[in-house]
Amino acid sequence: MGVDRRDFLKIAGISVALGVGGGVGFQLLRPGHLDAAQEGPNPRALKGQRWGMAIDMKKFTPATARAAIEACHYYHNVPLIPTKQNVKWIWLAPYANVFPETDNPQAGEYASLQYITMCNHCNNPPCVRVCPTKATFQRADGVVMMDFHRCIGCRFCMAGCPYGSRSFNFQDPRPFIKKESPNFPTRSRGVVEKCNFCAERLAVGELPYCAEASGGAMVFGDVDNAGSELRKMLRGRYSIRRKPNLGTDPQVYYLV
Amino acid sequence: MKLYDGGKIITGLVIFLLIFTFPFWSSLGKAAPTPKLVLPAKTVAKQCVTATPYMRASHMKLLNDWRDAVVRDGLRVYVADDGKHFNMSLTNTCLSCHDSKEKFCDQCHNYLAVAPFCWECHLVPKEKK
Repeated sequence: MGVDRRDFLKIAGISVALGVGGGVGFQLLRPGHLDAAQEGPNPRALKGQRWGMAIDMKKFTPATARAAIEACHYYHNVPLIPTKQNVKWIWLAPYANVFPETDNPQAGEYASLQYITMCNHCNNPPCVRVCPTKATFQRADGVVMMDFHRCIGCRFCMAGCPYGSRSFNFQDPRPFIKKESPNFPTRSRGVVEKCNFCAERLAVGELPYCAEASGGAMVFGDVDNAGSELRKMLRGRYSIRRKPNLGTDPQVYYLV
Repeated sequence: MKLYDGGKIITGLVIFLLIFTFPFWSSLGKAAPTPKLVLPAKTVAKQCVTATPYMRASHMKLLNDWRDAVVRDGLRVYVADDGKHFNMSLTNTCLSCHDSKEKFCDQCHNYLAVAPFCWECHLVPKEKK
């Protein structure tokens, strides 16, 4: 004899109750709740709402620049290629190139200085908008990051960036890296690269290499936190930013 | 039915078949030996970040998950099933126990003719001799 209607309804009812009460229900109502959290942040990681950097041009010297550039380029395995195909994350440029529309005959000593420049980690980054593969993206803490794995080398981002912060690997960079740093990968041919605000350092609670090597001339901090060291400096001094009229909202401030 | 130029056609067919099946009969009985995986000594580590059968079958999936977690979400610590914490890093975590890329990665990848491009960017730690 088969199951009659009454028994069938009982079995169905019990099954539904078990299903909703059991794992299936949990997955439906609170997805992921039962999964073990297998990936997490390092507890020492620095937490910020909006990372930025201030460069104190009064303390800044050519020696500071050399130390910062050397530290960054060594630790990030940035190659030194003696042609137009060179790759750079952080470099020196004259006033006229760094602040082109702020031509001021009375700029005095500031017009003759060399300025250290890098990715501005814009609040409104054009490179992120143009990237077709989302290889370049903006993290919640404002760092404009690159996922080198996803970069297809189209170079839209290089066209989009108004600061020239990005470099393309026209060739395998490995032969041009004098001494390899074991803690960071190199890049391969056909990939764009740029400063990542030392995301790998922030993740373990340390400051960017350039800030560390600059002896206080480059201050890294949280722009959105009014109590941060960076904000104190920005309150006390006059600061300028690169090409603010483009609306990219750059987060590297030059204190003059 | 008559086959014109039968001799030539059949000779041609035989030659064609011989050439076409060359890869099969030339390597008959010469199967490449299955690579033997050498796991790290028990003094180095007793247990990988997760069960060995899973690692053997799905390490590429785990590595992809690690990559996305580290690069895109900034999550850099992996909590193993036994509660141990690992820094998610191919060069600095995986290769610190499996300290020979040649024996641990290349051997099987070559045998299976797969060529992942991890090492075009990620650095291979210097092997300790």
